[in-house]
Amino acid sequence: MQVKKTRYDQLTENLKPEEMIINMGPQHPSTHGVLRLELITDGEIVKEVIPHMGYLHRCFEKHCENLTYQQIIPFVDRMDYLSSMNNDHAYVMGVERMMGIDKSIPKRVEYIRVLVCELNRIASHLIAIGIYGIDIGAFTPFLWCFRDREHIMNMLEWASGSRMLYNYIWVGGLFYDLPVGFEERCSEFISYFKPKLTELNQLLTDNQIFIARTAGVGILPLDVAINYGCSGPMLRGSGLKWDLRRTDEYSVYPELEFDIPVGKGEMGKSGDCWDRYKVRADEIVESIRIVEQCLERLQKELKRGPEFDPRAKLPKKIIPKEQDFYIRAENPRGELGYYFISDGKTEIPKRVKARAPSFNNLSVLPEITRGVLIADLVAILGSVDIVLGEVDR
Amino acid sequence: MNFDEITRLLSEKFGSDVIIEVQTAGLQPALIINPNSIIPVCKELRDNKNTWFDFLSCLTGIDHGLEQNKFSVVYHLASIPHKHQLVLKVIIDHDRNLDSLPSFISVSDVWKTAEWHEREAFDLLGIQFEGHPDLRRILLPDDWEGYPLRKDYIAAEEYKGIKIKE
Repeated sequence: MQVKKTRYDQLTENLKPEEMIINMGPQHPSTHGVLRLELITDGEIVKEVIPHMGYLHRCFEKHCENLTYQQIIPFVDRMDYLSSMNNDHAYVMGVERMMGIDKSIPKRVEYIRVLVCELNRIASHLIAIGIYGIDIGAFTPFLWCFRDREHIMNMLEWASGSRMLYNYIWVGGLFYDLPVGFEERCSEFISYFKPKLTELNQLLTDNQIFIARTAGVGILPLDVAINYGCSGPMLRGSGLKWDLRRTDEYSVYPELEFDIPVGKGEMGKSGDCWDRYKVRADEIVESIRIVEQCLERLQKELKRGPEFDPRAKLPKKIIPKEQDFYIRAENPRGELGYYFISDGKTEIPKRVKARAPSFNNLSVLPEITRGVLIADLVAILGSVDIVLGEVDR
Repeated sequence: MNFDEITRLLSEKFGSDVIIEVQTAGLQPALIINPNSIIPVCKELRDNKNTWFDFLSCLTGIDHGLEQNKFSVVYHLASIPHKHQLVLKVIIDHDRNLDSLPSFISVSDVWKTAEWHEREAFDLLGIQFEGHPDLRRILLPDDWEGYPLRKDYIAAEEYKGIKIKE
């Protein structure tokens, strides 16, 4: 039987004399984890990029075939390990909708969920920006971002008992209520953090070297972004106002005020690396606004009381009706989706498929890196902001 | 356009045999599409300005289990201009013979998102996609044997001399 040649074979077999294959990764500081990029280069010019992943594949979907819905939550944490709260939130919402209990979740629980998710979003974007600085060659933003992120990590550790992988949001409620004094400490952090953000902007956003390295580089046209399934800051960086928190209006987001920042091509062209960076920087500001509103409500009308029990609505047994259901939610990196198939008899799902935003965002990389310099490839890959735990699952 | 209007649009355009079944039991209604007409259906749904499904959210391969001997692929479409969603399913019978994999038609021409998702389905479930430009394993090593998400998969004892099972 004649085996049809794949595009990979065609690319790697017919090299011209001046072309050379270079491996970048899996252990490379600017691939953000264990990603291997196979580059076909002509001198400094990148002719083609072929991503190879799977080095961090931990069989998430196979594990799900043997675990109950509640037991899967810790595994979900480990997908996008920089924003575990957001992963939990999306997953838990999906199970709750299948159970039909999503409307009966107490308001305080919902607000705490949104609060910790947005704190986690800030932490995640701080890493994205800090690491991006390092990719470009700016070391200071990295240290500043990690210094501020540490405060968020400490707060979330205080609430959940864990620094990165929280398992805090449960189906029907929460692991615990917020610790006493959390709201006050969080407000203190916000007032500390706001001026720091201005400093960070002065360091990067208006930095001429940073602009020279990122503006007009790696332009992602909007139609390409949509066709490749890019979402989150990648899609918004190309100028489209698309945020599932507004589109799907899940949880208590309709009650909160925030804007959706989009890339406008201020420094170069719309959809370049600088736009994607700027969208993330602006989203931190919007997240701060959401956190402030949540804190205000949690301290006033939804104040903690002795009768409040975050586990009150927890179902004893999670057995959804026989159905299949797709839930999507806005992660810091884009549209995170879970596709559940339940057989209606057991607590174990028949199939769970995770649609990871980084996986789809990374798939556009070969398209936007054709003909760029190797140094620009690092800048473009950094602006995609992938988490390999999620790409490989 | 709501679900019924889309159903009517498709059966008017392509004839009544294009939709094999309409599933309305769950929270998200789904259309089961004839395996041979998935490409024209997807192109119509993407290009028609009334449906305008320009975004493929997710593509899932499914093994229906040992009793049924069926494989299916589920497409979750979303429309950015109209903000609506649609679920399409394609189901085929297959006897789990590893020499001839179950074969679906690739939609990677319609949405590039499908390219990597179909590679993933091929990798983990052993589903062939006709017309796919680059059908290789994506998450597992190239020389991995078997398809782990199949219900009859037995994990290998070792891989290249490394013990896997305890």
